[in-house]
Amino acid sequence: MRLPSGGLIDRSHPIRFSYDGHSYQGVQGDTLASALIANGLKTVARSFKYHRPRGIMTAGSEEPNALVTLGHGAGQEPNLRATTLELYEGLAARSQNCWPSVNFDLLALNDLAAPFFGAGFYYKTFMWPRAFWEMLYEPAIRRAAGLGALSGLPDEDRYERAFAHCDLLVIGAGPAGLMAALEAARAGADVILADEDSRMGGRLNADLTEVDGRPGPDWAADVAADLAQMDNVRCMSRTTVTGAYDHGTFSAVERVAMHLPHPGDAPREAFWRIVAKRAVLATGALERPVAFQNNDRPGIMMAGAVRSYLNRYAVAPGRSVAVFGNNDSAHATARALIDHGIHVAALIDSRPGVQTDLDVPLYHGQVCGSEGRKGLEAISIATASGIEKVQADCLAVSGGWNPSLHLTCHMNGRPQWDESTAAFHPRPGMVPGLEPVGAANGVFTTADALAQGRKAAQAALTDLGLKPANIPLPKAEDGAYDITPLWSVPGRGRAWLDFQNDVTVKDVKLAAQESYRSVEHMKRYTTQGMAPDQGKNSNMGALAVLADATGRSIPETGTTTYRAPYTPTTLGAIAAGARGKGFAPERFTTSHAASEEAPMVEAGLWYRPSYFPKPGESYWRESCDREVGYVRNAVGICDVSTLGKIDIQGQDAGEFLDFVYTNMFSTLKVGRTRYGLMLREDGHVMDDGTTARLGEHHYLMTTTTAAAGQVMRHLAFVHQCLRPALDVQFISVTEQWAQFAVAGPKSRELLNSLLDHDITGETFSFMGCGDVSLGGVSARLFRISFSGEHAYEIAVPARYGESLFRLLRARAETLGGGAYGMEALNVLRIEKGFITHSEIHGRVTAFDVGLQGMMSKKKDFVGKTASERPGLMDPDRERLVGLKPTGPVKQLTAGAHLFNLGEDAVRQNDQGYITSVGFSPTLGHFLGLGFLRNGPDRIGEEIRMVDHVRGIETTAEVCHPVFFDPQGGRARD
Amino acid sequence: MIELLAKTPCDGLLPRTIGTVTLTEISFEAITSVAPLTGQEDAVSGTLKAQMGAAFPKPGRTTGKAHARAVWSGLGQALVLGPALQPIPGAAMTDQTDAWACVALEGDGARDVLARLTPLDLRPSVFRQGHAARTELAHMSAVLMRTGESRYGIMAFRSMAKTLVHDVTEAMTSVAARTRL
Amino acid sequence: MRIDCPLCGPRDRREFTYQGDALALDRPDPEAGFGVWNDYLHNRDNPAGPTRELWYHDSGCTAWLVVTRDTVTHEVHRVELARDVKEAGK
Ligand SMILES: [Zn+2]
Repeated sequence: MRLPSGGLIDRSHPIRFSYDGHSYQGVQGDTLASALIANGLKTVARSFKYHRPRGIMTAGSEEPNALVTLGHGAGQEPNLRATTLELYEGLAARSQNCWPSVNFDLLALNDLAAPFFGAGFYYKTFMWPRAFWEMLYEPAIRRAAGLGALSGLPDEDRYERAFAHCDLLVIGAGPAGLMAALEAARAGADVILADEDSRMGGRLNADLTEVDGRPGPDWAADVAADLAQMDNVRCMSRTTVTGAYDHGTFSAVERVAMHLPHPGDAPREAFWRIVAKRAVLATGALERPVAFQNNDRPGIMMAGAVRSYLNRYAVAPGRSVAVFGNNDSAHATARALIDHGIHVAALIDSRPGVQTDLDVPLYHGQVCGSEGRKGLEAISIATASGIEKVQADCLAVSGGWNPSLHLTCHMNGRPQWDESTAAFHPRPGMVPGLEPVGAANGVFTTADALAQGRKAAQAALTDLGLKPANIPLPKAEDGAYDITPLWSVPGRGRAWLDFQNDVTVKDVKLAAQESYRSVEHMKRYTTQGMAPDQGKNSNMGALAVLADATGRSIPETGTTTYRAPYTPTTLGAIAAGARGKGFAPERFTTSHAASEEAPMVEAGLWYRPSYFPKPGESYWRESCDREVGYVRNAVGICDVSTLGKIDIQGQDAGEFLDFVYTNMFSTLKVGRTRYGLMLREDGHVMDDGTTARLGEHHYLMTTTTAAAGQVMRHLAFVHQCLRPALDVQFISVTEQWAQFAVAGPKSRELLNSLLDHDITGETFSFMGCGDVSLGGVSARLFRISFSGEHAYEIAVPARYGESLFRLLRARAETLGGGAYGMEALNVLRIEKGFITHSEIHGRVTAFDVGLQGMMSKKKDFVGKTASERPGLMDPDRERLVGLKPTGPVKQLTAGAHLFNLGEDAVRQNDQGYITSVGFSPTLGHFLGLGFLRNGPDRIGEEIRMVDHVRGIETTAEVCHPVFFDPQGGRARD
Repeated sequence: MIELLAKTPCDGLLPRTIGTVTLTEISFEAITSVAPLTGQEDAVSGTLKAQMGAAFPKPGRTTGKAHARAVWSGLGQALVLGPALQPIPGAAMTDQTDAWACVALEGDGARDVLARLTPLDLRPSVFRQGHAARTELAHMSAVLMRTGESRYGIMAFRSMAKTLVHDVTEAMTSVAARTRL
Repeated sequence: MRIDCPLCGPRDRREFTYQGDALALDRPDPEAGFGVWNDYLHNRDNPAGPTRELWYHDSGCTAWLVVTRDTVTHEVHRVELARDVKEAGK
């Protein structure tokens, strides 16, 4: 019911919205919750387990009941709290967790079966047999018990991630936070003020507390406006600080465009990482319920929330309202009701002897039950003289206030129990640099909040070497907070502690009875505190009931703690900036645009062509076989720019290379290239590649594509951490040069048709390198081969890469060749027994790949000592061999395992495995490389290959890994 | 004789203006990495100053001006953007002209755009004009420099030019849309 | 988490790569024997309290850093260039 006047709303702006398909009207400034109350809706949800009807309970992000789903299709978003959803034109919300409707839910049958659904029910009932769990129990339980559903479609909304830095982060813009922000801002500090609400002011907007002789909301609005104008302040409303992390890092979620009907390109939410030198926690406090029989009936709300609805939204949650509490919050609500002309049916105070000057029926006692079919109709009050029934359609409850200290717990700090406020308070220093103030610090008067806010800001300023501004402290209310703890009202029936997860007092008592006496065990047994509200409403009550049931005090029983995030956070927000194309950079070679027809394969972040299909080719193997033929018979062109290239200079460059490679490089002649093998310090192979000597103190190292980054880091490690005295500098030039393999018997012919000056076998002999030019552009030419053919790699500055690739490709085609991709490259190198990271996968030694001869005896190098450990030189190790199929199945598969003929294909009999395979069009059959126990001594043996995953089995002959041209004449001549 | 055609890293992708911010590609005659060898720091800085009027930059700084700038780019290393350099005795020098996609981000809100991409502290009082940083931009390793009140230079690997333009323009789109709210 | 790189200033953890205990700086003599080498390569303490670790500023200046920090409080006590630590150790 909308009140005739008042509220921080704009009645001149009506807003149409729908809920469960029905149209309603609200006004600008409403939340969905206030608009539903304005329209008289009581039951807005069904509970998690028992499907009991539930109503709006709070006016904030802690709301356990009023969860709704917005949108349809890809945009569907479940579990949004109606209490924080700002109303906008056309908003369409629906209730969830009910079928067919929120008012008539068939699964409410669960409620009748409640005796069977107590604490530990899942654990006890569905233990056996195991198969039933997967087939029967779990699907049924998941359908019956669960919160809203996702669409299962990709989320098309825009999300944003962002970073911010400041001197002081103020979390919460109530009186304490505003005061802290203003003090720091006036002192010239960089301030970020983040507040969850759309409107700054915190409880001032709900209670209309006077500050500085003016209504609180006005004072708050003025301060917020002041702050917004200052260059050194960033005011972030609709922003929830969700986590506190090491060294002043905080996460925050900003709801950027969720409150707008047409957001355009604006992100729905932004995920902020804020780095603050100091922080002030001014997050206020959350009111807690009292457990009594049927305390979950729609119409039963928090007392502070009722004030919010009356004062801020000008809606009345009932016509005849009862108020029940153990502290002064109940009285404040009764007063607000009277101020707004609402009938107060009863004021029930559990504290003995407390009086009121309000003209309301005052009861000293406790509410012990509720009645009503679709919502609250009457309450029962237990007093000294017996039980009395009072008609009311709304009950406002206050069990006291819990400081919102959640963020202080995020780094494993534990709060301390405070007897006078019957609540946990933060201890100093729980999060370094974060100072809790005001209600978040257990101080419940506005005057104290203002003072603490200013004081904390001043302390932070002093720490940061800034002079406090010492802004005047406004006058405000300074009443005492008086509370007598009341957690649960004795009586029969079910009394709810955790509304969101349907956990009752009985469940907690049962847990205690069954020896789950630790809070952590009780929580897991009952699922208390595990719903999206993370126990904000229930942790304290459950702890108190557990304490009572186990005969201990609250601090003896345990403590409450909280993890990030403070409120449920969408995965879309967390993943902002890292979805789709934002997930990882894409690296393209310069020839990418000239390789349009080629399907691409991802090699790390690089995209490389798999093969270049020709019209009429229907299967990749046809293309691959053709491309292998180019290289073996004519000339093939392949972009090899993705290989890591590192430019190394300095007078100790040779010595440096001698230390990182197993073989010698200081002896390499200028103008020559050498294959090098690099080990990890533990003796296993890290990487291999060729390194050219370009000058006396100048080398160019090549790494594999996969290990380029790792090798760069390794070189930096070796230089900085092991041999800093070496005079050497190195830098990656991978991006500078576009490099192409020109491979095949006609490669020199092709090059000579392009180069400004012809090359010969003398000027560029095998493993030679040097400068050349094409069309006046200087280039580098290396006579190296990864195919076993007469081959070169030519490198030009990357700007010319695409142009050169097109030229090379066109010339190759006139010579009966063309471009080749990764598939052909792989077959070519397997035919030659050349290894890649399929073979040097991290567990193999130089000995395993047959390269022990490359380990120099004359010098120390990284990995030398460790590689000589006996276990790494054992002939019985799995060592590199070639394989070709001999059985009826003429195929080999990578990943298949090897077994002796006649032995079972089980782990105990494992003889090795296959790492690379390919069909060799040159030799007309499949080839494989793999590792076999004592392999080199078993050449000619027949072995059994079993691929358990693909279900393929064959026999294979163990061969020397070099299948083609073992003498290597084709590359040298 | 054949002719090789040159393409810039962001060919066909830039310039783009979204809202008040513009992203343009910048090309330099040369980009040369200069890394003084042991004990040669002062000598190299002197020669560099004689050649191009800018000393070897301190960590996190640039020297020189728009078309002859030296940018600190990491441990013991600077990138000289602008003229091609003569050999400097005592320095390891490497041609990097084609290795980097270089762009300028300029306009009101340029800082907000960058704040969506890098964890670097970009506050004007911290990242001042003439400052440079090696940092992460989106998921890329980048060189970032502030070259004007609302103008920043960004360098990322050439092979990532497409991702660079995509990620920066995405951020530009969000920032522009926010100002319209 | 933030690390105050001696060259770059305080930076977000995402710019760094963790390597392990800083004893990796103390590479044994090749003839020191397998026992010493095994300790160097494989054996690490796992203290609750102060540790010296190697971090690599790979999205930054590419310096290797020796970070002294507390595994209990997460406080970072000291960040030094590994190069300087190694040279001072000589
Ligand atoms: Zn650094």
